[in-house]
Amino acid sequence: MDLLEPTREAFALLLRGDPELLQIIWLSLWLSLAAIALISPPSIALGFLLAKRRFPGQRAMVVLVQAFLSFPTVVIGLVIYLLLSRRGPLGSFELLFSPTAIVIGYMVIAFPILVVFTVSAVQGADPRAYETARSLGASRIRAALTTLREVRFGIIAAVVNAFGRVVSEVGCAIMVGGNIAGLTRNMPTAIALETSKGDFAQGIALGMVLMALAVGINVAMALLQGEGGLK
Amino acid sequence: MSQALLEAEGLVRRLGGRRVLDGIGLSLERGQGYVLSGDNGSGKTTLLRILSGLDAADAGVLRFQGEQTTLPRYPDGWRLGAVYVHQHPYVFHTSVAGNIAYGLKARGEPRERWQQKVQEAIDWAGVRDVVDVPPQKLSGGEKQRVALARAKVLAPQLLLLDEPTANLDADGRRRTIELLARLCAEGVGVVIACHDREIIELPGVRRFHLEDGKLVPAV
Repeated sequence: MDLLEPTREAFALLLRGDPELLQIIWLSLWLSLAAIALISPPSIALGFLLAKRRFPGQRAMVVLVQAFLSFPTVVIGLVIYLLLSRRGPLGSFELLFSPTAIVIGYMVIAFPILVVFTVSAVQGADPRAYETARSLGASRIRAALTTLREVRFGIIAAVVNAFGRVVSEVGCAIMVGGNIAGLTRNMPTAIALETSKGDFAQGIALGMVLMALAVGINVAMALLQGEGGLK
Repeated sequence: MSQALLEAEGLVRRLGGRRVLDGIGLSLERGQGYVLSGDNGSGKTTLLRILSGLDAADAGVLRFQGEQTTLPRYPDGWRLGAVYVHQHPYVFHTSVAGNIAYGLKARGEPRERWQQKVQEAIDWAGVRDVVDVPPQKLSGGEKQRVALARAKVLAPQLLLLDEPTANLDADGRRRTIELLARLCAEGVGVVIACHDREIIELPGVRRFHLEDGKLVPAV
């Protein structure tokens, strides 16, 4: 197979700003960012509670969330599909094959990453940070926010990781989004589709964008960790 | 008759099967300095942490300005009056001024008020020369003085200081003791847990000693 020609074409698509390509990239970023923005606050709050509070079933909850990390995204997609399908319990909302369905799927995928990373960051925090804040008169919520601020590099790493995971996710997005051009077709689903059609140029172009994102995310993480003294 | 600021009755705390505090009773007066001595592991830190609400006792009663609570409940309002400073104080990842302003902001003080108070506290603690140094890079003595300024700026009724001169170099220790002497002279209610002879002998302070889980008169 000649890879040179489709690669040259992929560069051409990127350089001339092919509208279809840009629309797919924009949709991918927008859906991923929306999902991360929506799920981060409750996940980080839960991660903080799991790390700091002692309550019955706490350990079991941590293990459950950790197990959730390794669930195949296609299974998550299947469950959400069943919930959102016309005969499913949430079928009346008519969300299947919509961008909202993809955002829901992304939120479910990002949730355990955010929780587990936050638990790890908060457990690694110096307990004196929370105690000092409380002793200086901060409310529980303010002291919690102060602690999270003290471990902000770990929290940012959680968010960046979760974003990296969902932006390149294909199984769930294709099941609940349906890969509809202009509506739910994002970078990974477009790559899968174009490759199956034998049209490699667009797939290669989108692949390059995803690779650039992955490298960018990892460089950003390395810089953050350096600044945060996590070397 | 002056009402006691903080009273404790029958405080019991068990750690690892040992009664670290075995029915402690005490009464602290407003504006009075106290030194709490005792061997390592005698329970000084445990007692201060219970008095400040950071830890709960297994049994006992606390009264702050006449208001009583049955532990482990520790009313949030009490935290505004009693401030605890760790043996090795934690400094937040912000500026020196940001650290000192923390409690004032938490109390909702208006910006112009807390800014002025922070500047006064910086001068009081003698940390003006390190005000631009990232707090994590301060020496132990400088961190201790920032922590004292951070607590004192809140004008608490009671400061609970845990071994404030432990592990400090000679200069850090001397400057910290100077601040403690000033706190006592200014009539700030303070309890200092320590072994440091120079602190134990500060003028005007009352002394008590923790031994086998009980408070005994200091020798």
